[in-house]
Amino acid sequence: MADTQYLLPDALGHFGQHGGVFVAETLMPALAELRAAYEESIEDPVFQAEFAHELKHYVGRPSPIYHARRLSDSLGGAQILLKREDLNHTGAHKINNCIGQALLARRMGKPRVIAETGAGQHGVASATVAARYGFECVVYMGSEDVKRQAANVYRMKLLGATVVPVESGSKTLKDALNEAMRDWVTNVSDTFYIIGTVAGPHPYPVMVRDFQTVIGKESLVQMPELFGRQPDVVLACVGGGSNAIGIFHPYIPYEEVKLVGVEAAGDGIETGRHAAPLTANARIGVLHGNRTYLMQDEHGQIIETHSISAGLDYPGVGPEHSFLKDSGRVEYVAVTDAEALAAFHSLCHLEGIIPALESSHALAQAMKIAPTLGKDKLLLVNLSGRGDKDMHTVAERSGIQF
Amino acid sequence: MSRIQSTFQQLQRSGRKALIPFITAGDPDGDLTLPLMRALVAGGADIIELGVPFSDPMADGPTIQRASERALAGGMSLKRVLDIVRSFRAVDDITPVVLMGYANPIEAWGQAAFAAAARDAGVDGVLVVDYPPEECVDFTAAVRAAGLDQIFMLAPTSSEQRFRDVARSGSGYIYYVSLKGVTGAATLDFDEIGRRIPQIRAAVGMPVGVGFGIRDAVSAKKIGALADAVVIGSRIVEEIEASPREQAVEKLEAFVRGLRAALDELAGV
Repeated sequence: MADTQYLLPDALGHFGQHGGVFVAETLMPALAELRAAYEESIEDPVFQAEFAHELKHYVGRPSPIYHARRLSDSLGGAQILLKREDLNHTGAHKINNCIGQALLARRMGKPRVIAETGAGQHGVASATVAARYGFECVVYMGSEDVKRQAANVYRMKLLGATVVPVESGSKTLKDALNEAMRDWVTNVSDTFYIIGTVAGPHPYPVMVRDFQTVIGKESLVQMPELFGRQPDVVLACVGGGSNAIGIFHPYIPYEEVKLVGVEAAGDGIETGRHAAPLTANARIGVLHGNRTYLMQDEHGQIIETHSISAGLDYPGVGPEHSFLKDSGRVEYVAVTDAEALAAFHSLCHLEGIIPALESSHALAQAMKIAPTLGKDKLLLVNLSGRGDKDMHTVAERSGIQF
Repeated sequence: MSRIQSTFQQLQRSGRKALIPFITAGDPDGDLTLPLMRALVAGGADIIELGVPFSDPMADGPTIQRASERALAGGMSLKRVLDIVRSFRAVDDITPVVLMGYANPIEAWGQAAFAAAARDAGVDGVLVVDYPPEECVDFTAAVRAAGLDQIFMLAPTSSEQRFRDVARSGSGYIYYVSLKGVTGAATLDFDEIGRRIPQIRAAVGMPVGVGFGIRDAVSAKKIGALADAVVIGSRIVEEIEASPREQAVEKLEAFVRGLRAALDELAGV
C-alpha cells in the first residue's frame, strides 16, 4: 500500500487550494532555509535515528492504546480505545513536534527558539526542549491566557523560558502567533520559530505533520497486536489540528477506517460563538501564512472564537484539514463545551483518567456514536493530552474557586 | 502611463525625491481620513500609502496595530476605504494613492472584483504585505488588467534572484524594507542600505523607495540621498495618535512639510 493516497503538498506547500506561503518578504528566505534544512533532515538517517531515540527515551514512546471498558460498557455499544498521548513527557502530544523542531534548530545552528502558546501546552513543550538542548527560549502568550493558565506560565518559567504576555487584539492564541511572527521577522538570523500546530506558512504544516505521524504509525502496529485489526473509526480533536493529522495521516490509505475530526462548537454552532471553521463552512481566507477555512466577518476581518478549551480556540485550521474536508476523506463535526465537559467527567469517573478539555471533544463524539454501533466495533480516540492544566477551568464551571 | 510612473518621472526631471507618507484609513475615525490625506498633499507628499486596517497585522509594530484597532472599532472596511479614495479623487486628480494592507480582506471581496472596484474608486497601486509574488499570480493578473500597479517589498534578507522575481511581478516602485523587523522599529543601517539600493535598482529597473524605521527629517534626508523615495509610516501615525482630533490635520501638514523641506535640500530646491 502506498504511504498515502496523495503526494501533497506541492513545492510551495499547497494542499489543493489550501496552504502556501503567505508571509512578508523578510521571512521568505528564512522559510526557504527552513525548507531546505527540513528536507535534508528527512533524508538523513542520523537525524531520524536521533529523533526516534529521543521519542523513546525522553518522551516515553510508544504511548499505549488503552481499552476503556467501563466507559464502553456504560454506553452499551462500540468499544472505545484511547491512544494515550496524555502519558507523554509534559502531558500531551505537543512534545513530539517540539523534539523534532528542536533537533532541526540545533542542526541549523540557531541558539534561540521562540514559540506561541494558547493553553500553554505547546509553550511548556517548547520550554522543555529548550532546556533539554540548551536554547534560549521566549514564549508568546495572550495576556488573557496568561491569566487563565497561571500554572503553565510558572512551569515555563521553571524551565528557564521567558514568557511574554501579548496585549494586542483579542489577547489570545492568534495574537500570540502574530507576536511570535514579529519576533521572528526581527531576529530571523539567530532564531528558530517552533510553531505548535499544522498551520502557518509552508513548510510548517507538513513538517509538524511529519513529526506527529508517530502517533498514527504506532497505532497501525499496536491495533493488530492488541485487537487483531485496525479500528473502524479514528477520532481526534481539531483546533489547528496537529494531533488529528498525527493520527489520521498514516490511516488515510486505509479506506475502511473512518476518520472523524472534532472541532469546538463552543456555545453551539448556531450561536456563532464557536471555533469550528470546517463544520460551520467558514469562508476560505488567508491568515498566519496559509490559505484555509477561516472564521471571519463579511469584510475579511478575523473574528473572535469561543471554546472552553484554549487549545481549540483558534479561528483557522491547518490547510491539510481543509483539503481533507474538501476531499471528503475526513468527516468534520463539532462538539459543544457542555458535551466536552460531560465526556471529561465520564472519563474521570469511569476510567480514572483526567483528559485535557481539547481531547474531551474527541471523546465526546466517540461517546455520541458508540451507542449507535455494535459492540464489536472499535473506536480509536486520540487522547491528545492530560487535563491537569484544566483543573481551574473545570472547577470554575462547577462554581468552585481554588 | 500610470499616475505613479508619471509622478516618479516628474520628480526625476527636477532631481527631487518622492515623499510617501502612510496613514491608516479610519484612524482616528473615518471622517478625518480625507482631511488627513489632503494635509499630507498640502505638506508635500508625492504619493499616499493608505493603510487598510486588518484584525491581525502581523508585519506591523504596535503603533500601526493600534491605528488598525482604532479604525476597525470605528467600522472601517475595505469597501469604506474605497469610498474615501473616491472622495479624495474628486478633489485631487494628481496624487497617486497606494492601498497597503493584508490579503484576507481582498480574498473576502474576491481578487478580480476588488481590483476593478479599486480602479473605479481611483486607486493607483496596491501593496499586499502577505502576498509574495509566487502566491498571487492571479491577483497580479487582475491588478494589471485593471491598470493598477502592484508594489512589492524587498528585504535585507532578499537574494538577487528575489530582486528579479519581484521585478517581474511588480510595477510602479519597489518598497525596500530597510531593516529586519516590523514597522516602526528602531535602528537603521545607512551603510547597508547604501550598498543595497544600487544593486536593487539595477536589478528591478524601477524606482526604489525605502521604508520601516524612518523617524524624522534627518533620517528622511539620509535615506533620500540613497533611494528614489522615502516611505514614512509609524512616525506619522504617532503624530496623529498624539494630536487632539481638531489639531491632527494641522500638525500632520506641518510635520510632512518638515520632511519635504529636508528632502528638497538634497535637490537644492
